[in-house]
Amino acid sequence: MASVDPSQQRPLALPLRLDPESAGWLRGLRSAGAVRDATLARLHTTLLRIALSETRRRAPRLRIAGPELDDIAHQAAADALMAIDRKLDGFRGESRFTTWAYKFVILEVSSKVGRHFWRNPPVPFDAEDWERLPGRFGFDPARQSEWRELIDALRHAVDEQLTDHQREVFVALALNGIPLDALVIELDSNRGAIYKTLFDARRKLRAALVADGHLQDDSTERS
Amino acid sequence: MSRRSSALDHFLTTDPRDVGCEQALDLLHVYVDLVAAGEQPELTYPGIAAHLDACGPCSEDFHGLLDAVRGATETLGSPGLPR
Repeated sequence: MASVDPSQQRPLALPLRLDPESAGWLRGLRSAGAVRDATLARLHTTLLRIALSETRRRAPRLRIAGPELDDIAHQAAADALMAIDRKLDGFRGESRFTTWAYKFVILEVSSKVGRHFWRNPPVPFDAEDWERLPGRFGFDPARQSEWRELIDALRHAVDEQLTDHQREVFVALALNGIPLDALVIELDSNRGAIYKTLFDARRKLRAALVADGHLQDDSTERS
Repeated sequence: MSRRSSALDHFLTTDPRDVGCEQALDLLHVYVDLVAAGEQPELTYPGIAAHLDACGPCSEDFHGLLDAVRGATETLGSPGLPR
């Protein structure tokens, strides 16, 4: 996996000149007494509005509705507010303050949606029903004779090429359709680590299927 | 048998430019501000663009944050200083 080029990582050279709105937020949050309280209250109101909007945006893809969605939004806004206040010195002025702050509440919504998944999971994360795979990847049942060999080869590669952890993650995400943020909770891990595990598994599996002639090598296109 | 354009093939294809979740999320607010401003951050941050193309959760966060920024702009106009 690549890294962000350090020469491009901070496009706005420090010291940065903050826009007036961002400077105002910082001034208010770094104040004391009534000014700080009023700024925190205003920020919370803004974060709650964003959280409510975000949970509704995601709702069609979730098995959550109504009061539960609102609960998630309220919890996300409250936790984001605390995190922003705690990490205020981490705001480097590379974006508007509000964009930086909204990121906290969006990520809180993701985390809480992932946690909520396990209240009523449709499938255990470690079930291994390979008959799900064709449907998950849109293979036409009427053309089974064309893709059955590919699926069998993939299953063989999963057995032979992946570590136990890679296999666990691949089965949960690709076979069972467990949301990645939900698997993060189940495995007490983090999104980056699970994604990296899946990334390495995908790379291994594709290489195996290419080596066996089931998929075409696209390395020439990417080099 | 080759399934070059199948969803499975697409799923298994990895992009070596992909920077992963941690780096993508670290700069997501910068990336989103550039998108909202009509810039082309994928040219400056191709590794983040590659990641957002491949990672469902980070892509979801990107779209949520972009909607939040655009919605706030439309709702609040120029919000001015905190009251």
